[in-house]
Amino acid sequence: MKYLHLVWAGLFRKKVRTVLTLLSVVVAFLLFGLLQSVNEAFSAGAEQARADRLITNSRYSIIEMLPISYLPQIESVPGVKEVSFASWFGGSYQDRPAQFAVFPVEPERYLRTAPEIELPPAQLERWRETRDGAVVGRSLAERYGWEIGERVTLVADIWPQRDGNNDWNFEIVGIYSSPESEQNEGALLFQWEYFDEARQFARGTVGWFIIQVEDPDLAENVAQTVDALFANSTNETKTQTEKAFAQGFARQFGDVGLIVTSILGAVFFTILVLTGNTMAQAVRERIPELAILKTLGFSDRAVLGLVVAEALALILLGGLLGLALAAGALGALSAALAGFGVQGISTSVVMTGVILMVALGLIVGLPPAVRAMRLRVVDALGAHQ
Amino acid sequence: MNVLKQVAAVSLMNLRSVPQRWSTSLVIVVGIAGVVGVLTAILAMGEGFRATLGAAGKEDQAIVLRSGATSELTSGLGREAVDLIARSAGVARGADGQPIASAEILVIADLPKRGTGTLANAPIRGVQPKAFELRPEVEIVEGRAFEPGPRELIVGRGAASQFEGLEVGARLAFRDADWTVVGIFSAGGGAHESELWGDAETVMSAYRRGGFQSVTVQLEDAAAFEPFQAALADDPRLNVEAQTLRDYYAAQSRQMSMLINVLGYAIGYIMAIGALFGALNTMYAAVSTRAREIATLRALGFGGGAIVASVLLEALLLAVIGGLLGGSLAWLLFNGYTVSTLGANFSQVAFDFRVTGDLLVQGIAWALVIGFLGGLLPAWRAARQPVTTALRAL
Repeated sequence: MKYLHLVWAGLFRKKVRTVLTLLSVVVAFLLFGLLQSVNEAFSAGAEQARADRLITNSRYSIIEMLPISYLPQIESVPGVKEVSFASWFGGSYQDRPAQFAVFPVEPERYLRTAPEIELPPAQLERWRETRDGAVVGRSLAERYGWEIGERVTLVADIWPQRDGNNDWNFEIVGIYSSPESEQNEGALLFQWEYFDEARQFARGTVGWFIIQVEDPDLAENVAQTVDALFANSTNETKTQTEKAFAQGFARQFGDVGLIVTSILGAVFFTILVLTGNTMAQAVRERIPELAILKTLGFSDRAVLGLVVAEALALILLGGLLGLALAAGALGALSAALAGFGVQGISTSVVMTGVILMVALGLIVGLPPAVRAMRLRVVDALGAHQ
Repeated sequence: MNVLKQVAAVSLMNLRSVPQRWSTSLVIVVGIAGVVGVLTAILAMGEGFRATLGAAGKEDQAIVLRSGATSELTSGLGREAVDLIARSAGVARGADGQPIASAEILVIADLPKRGTGTLANAPIRGVQPKAFELRPEVEIVEGRAFEPGPRELIVGRGAASQFEGLEVGARLAFRDADWTVVGIFSAGGGAHESELWGDAETVMSAYRRGGFQSVTVQLEDAAAFEPFQAALADDPRLNVEAQTLRDYYAAQSRQMSMLINVLGYAIGYIMAIGALFGALNTMYAAVSTRAREIATLRALGFGGGAIVASVLLEALLLAVIGGLLGGSLAWLLFNGYTVSTLGANFSQVAFDFRVTGDLLVQGIAWALVIGFLGGLLPAWRAARQPVTTALRAL
């Protein structure tokens, strides 16, 4: 570390060139931070998913409904702790397809299978008593500025009411929160009883069952037993862990990971050429100086270290600045991106970023460093003009 | 004339020396190729998606859904409603005197995707016989059409490329019984190529449905749409909404192409800024290695304008090479590459990347702008350098 000032001086020997290279590195890691965060958000559903929770839906496809009469049968399967159910409501809010999930559920039953969310008991009581009552996640409520007591109208696309009316009115009676992650705070939940009575068709059916098992090790067994229960019935089921369900769902959008990786590949290749060139040039110009260092008694290895340190410093400085910018940008855009589940920059993105910086620094710094190390003092000093 | 001659002379001299400085020149080329390649590839995706959905969007055909429904999947229509719609004013009649209309059911089957084997939503459309008259672009390219009654399906080309094992003769086990794939069809590159088609009544009975989801009709002409729409709205027995197919598919592609465009341009702008720094670096290096040469030229009487122009020309030329490289890479790697995503009907829509001429031209335009901005400041500096100091340097 005692050579820090020497590294610094070497780096800013040509200010314009170093600053320009630094800025390209900043841009590369800004992109890295943004894209990798989006990528993580897409697979986040799978990471948040719990291992002790199963989802049972129709074997044929996600749009087929299951009879509510399956509930007691699933409850009686050994190893099952709690069972609840939900359905996809969809709908539009303020003339746009709702950018949040809307599920009709049975209040207490649903909360028992969702220990990650917390609803004050008084609000739960109020929800149970209010036929058209709905509770919303805190981050969703903040997004639309909803408060308790407010009325919200959703326009149905799948579920018209019995009289053909598409407007569903709800009174917000509670706001739930999830200390674990804001990502669990994005849904509007309303009473299944109201939903089932008021809808035009498919009464007595639900979209999927949610099973909380006593022990994650039992999950596989329970899943098989449940599916065996309804095999060869008119409504066969498919039970899988919430994680598998979420992964399958995310994959349907296409390979976001592959697209992000390809773009970043192109970006980093460019940066490699750019900084590699800068470093090679910096060493070439400084051959006499490096020779003088050696004459003064710097060992070959010290010279190697100096050049590599210079490359690492350049890329780490730019990279960390870029990640900081990405964090700032994600913060500023958080409202717009909430619908995609993007929430700031995570430690894992930062860690991956730092590993990439070190790798890039070594790739870029080593070839000129080795060249500098192998310099023979006599040749190098003589080479000057 | 004299200025032009000077510019030409200096530029030629510059360009001849580029090979000696190839490694710094490479930075500008690679940087710009990266920007243009990524931008073109992403926008080609949006272009392909729009083209796929646009291909099905005719103006003289209309689709009728239950009011409030945003896609076929969320819609539902009873048999009586379907009959009323087909016999409405404005619907064209075929040679047999029957209205050219097809009431259709759209359901989803979980099928394994090619490559990953993970289950994804495949759309199955049950159609009535008139469906083929409505969509003359549908052509059986292998096998034969399905027969009503037995559980037979024909598979769109896009679906066949995205899902595993959808070949003629394949048997698919879903909903109690086996279905046989009897044919593969193309549909002019449109969205129907992502679907599996069967007979409406057969699909309905297999999925235990009592109704349809949409009716597609051939209108007498595009002008017949408004009276048709009005007739449906006035009928108290119906609670439906009609849209021309063009509007329907445009609405379906809007959100996705907007998302792709925003993403493409946002990434493009950020990368362009990075490439601009690279270009500045290259050109500053080029100018500084030639400082003495430039000073000599100035001493000989070459004007500052000629120097500026020559540096800019070099930057622009390298930029165009980068732009062409990026565009061709995007074209070579991605043009025609088929991917699929979740479409409006909650099922997979397959589409090809389309690297169009417009996109390539746009890429070159971006390259020129980056090259110009990257060359301007260094050129300025080259021309402003005091001749005496530059000659004395080194």
